[in-house]
Amino acid sequence: MLEISDLTHSYGAYQALGGVNLTVAEGELVCVVGPSGCGKSTLLRSIGGLLRPTGGRVLVQGRPVEKVPDDLAIVFQDYSRSLFPWMTVADNVSLPLRRRGGDRRSRDTAAMEALEQVGLPAAAGKYPWELSGGMQQRVAIARALAYKPALMLMDEPFGSVDAQTREDLEDLVLQVRRSSGMTIVLITHDIDESVYVGDRVVVLSKSPATVVGDLRVELPEPRDQIATREHPDFVHLRAEVGRLVRGMRSGGPAAAETGAETGAEAEADSPELDPATAEPAPVAPKA
Amino acid sequence: MKTIVSRIAWLWILPVVLVAWEVSTRAAQAVYFPPPSVILARLHELWFSGPAAHVFLTDEAAHHLLPSLGRLVAGWAGACLVAIAAGIALGRSAVLCDVFSPLIHFFRSVPPPLLIPIFMTMTGIGTPLQLTAIVFGVSWPVLLNSLDGARYVDRQYLETCEVFGISRFRRLTRVILPAASPKIFAGLRISVALALIMMILSEFIGSTEGIGYRMLVAQSELDVPTMWTAIVLLGILGFVLNAAFLRFERHVLTWHRGARKTD
Repeated sequence: MLEISDLTHSYGAYQALGGVNLTVAEGELVCVVGPSGCGKSTLLRSIGGLLRPTGGRVLVQGRPVEKVPDDLAIVFQDYSRSLFPWMTVADNVSLPLRRRGGDRRSRDTAAMEALEQVGLPAAAGKYPWELSGGMQQRVAIARALAYKPALMLMDEPFGSVDAQTREDLEDLVLQVRRSSGMTIVLITHDIDESVYVGDRVVVLSKSPATVVGDLRVELPEPRDQIATREHPDFVHLRAEVGRLVRGMRSGGPAAAETGAETGAEAEADSPELDPATAEPAPVAPKA
Repeated sequence: MKTIVSRIAWLWILPVVLVAWEVSTRAAQAVYFPPPSVILARLHELWFSGPAAHVFLTDEAAHHLLPSLGRLVAGWAGACLVAIAAGIALGRSAVLCDVFSPLIHFFRSVPPPLLIPIFMTMTGIGTPLQLTAIVFGVSWPVLLNSLDGARYVDRQYLETCEVFGISRFRRLTRVILPAASPKIFAGLRISVALALIMMILSEFIGSTEGIGYRMLVAQSELDVPTMWTAIVLLGILGFVLNAAFLRFERHVLTWHRGARKTD
């Protein structure tokens, strides 16, 4: 579905990506996690065709990305700048459907179905700014769903909502993946979130970013906000990811593979990290 | 309760000012400042005492008021349409914008009334002159504001269009135009006032009809109350146009105020 090889990108003298290699299989939900400012968004924008990387190659469904691929949707972090405030929720969701063909009625039906999937059928006639932040992000997800992409990219999608809403939206993503089977790449700086949502967690180093960890998450399905988070594997994985994000050398058995270790300088303290999520938890014995 | 009170609070000022005006002008017996009752009586007699079939407009009004209004509306609307289209085209093209902006800023800096004499040599006196003057006066602020609005559309709106493959036409009509509309409306509002000014000035200089021309005639006859009727009429006209415009703007830009509030 997605193959990234030796991807580099520089903004002038500043090198954001230092050779990223990543392959995502069809139907996978991969979380990319890394310290703030490490180039996660640059990676996502390169995959999405919004940015032409200075080096390397990105293939989506076997085709090199030159512009935004037809079968790709993005959910941005800042929903208020991504939904159009002059259109109703229903119009926002159905606007992109025109290129998918079909008449107005079928587009409206598809938009309503997507809104039902995210639990917001009642908001169809409202304007985005009449909704809470979490609801607006649900609309943005509905828009991506209605578009029926093969690959959905999510850029820190829950970075601007409160903790409770965040959990609800995480579960929404899991539910969407189950029902649609689409491939999802979700970028986050929240370690717990990456482990809770992902089938795989890919850890980037600080910039110039490279892949320093690629961990398979094998937690019992369906995931549950309480039970999953107290599962020993979860606790173990989040510690593992936390260590990798902080640039400590990985030691746990859960590390499937460890890429170029630029994180070896072992940053003791990365100030950008959210202490609540980035703190390495005590490693529980693997069950 | 409080909002109702504050909403109608301004109403008391109108009778107070009228009474003060009436009393002071009567007391002063100033020739050049007739009391408002005299002005209003003249206003009625001159313009609005016609037959009901003509919506009470007199022949005088039909001869002077209607042409003025017609040219105002036609000139303003035409200029706005062209200026908005041109402004958006320039705003969305960095190349065009760089090429034309020195020129635009030059023309914008020329006080429009200055050009009326030159227009007159080209168009002669009459409607073409008025239209040219109004169009020229109105175009620049609308053009510049549209350009600005189209140029600084939030990048993420455009990226969203790109991601979801919104066609160029729909991108323009459904995204760029609405996103630029708060700026465009700011330009339009300025242009309403400018259109009035250009209308009157061009009628002063080169016309045989219109409110401005009628005022000049009154001046030559030392008919002070009639001159004042023109002033009052234009004041009311400006007020009504602005109020109507604000209403329209409020309706069209509801989303803008709503989105601002939640930000």
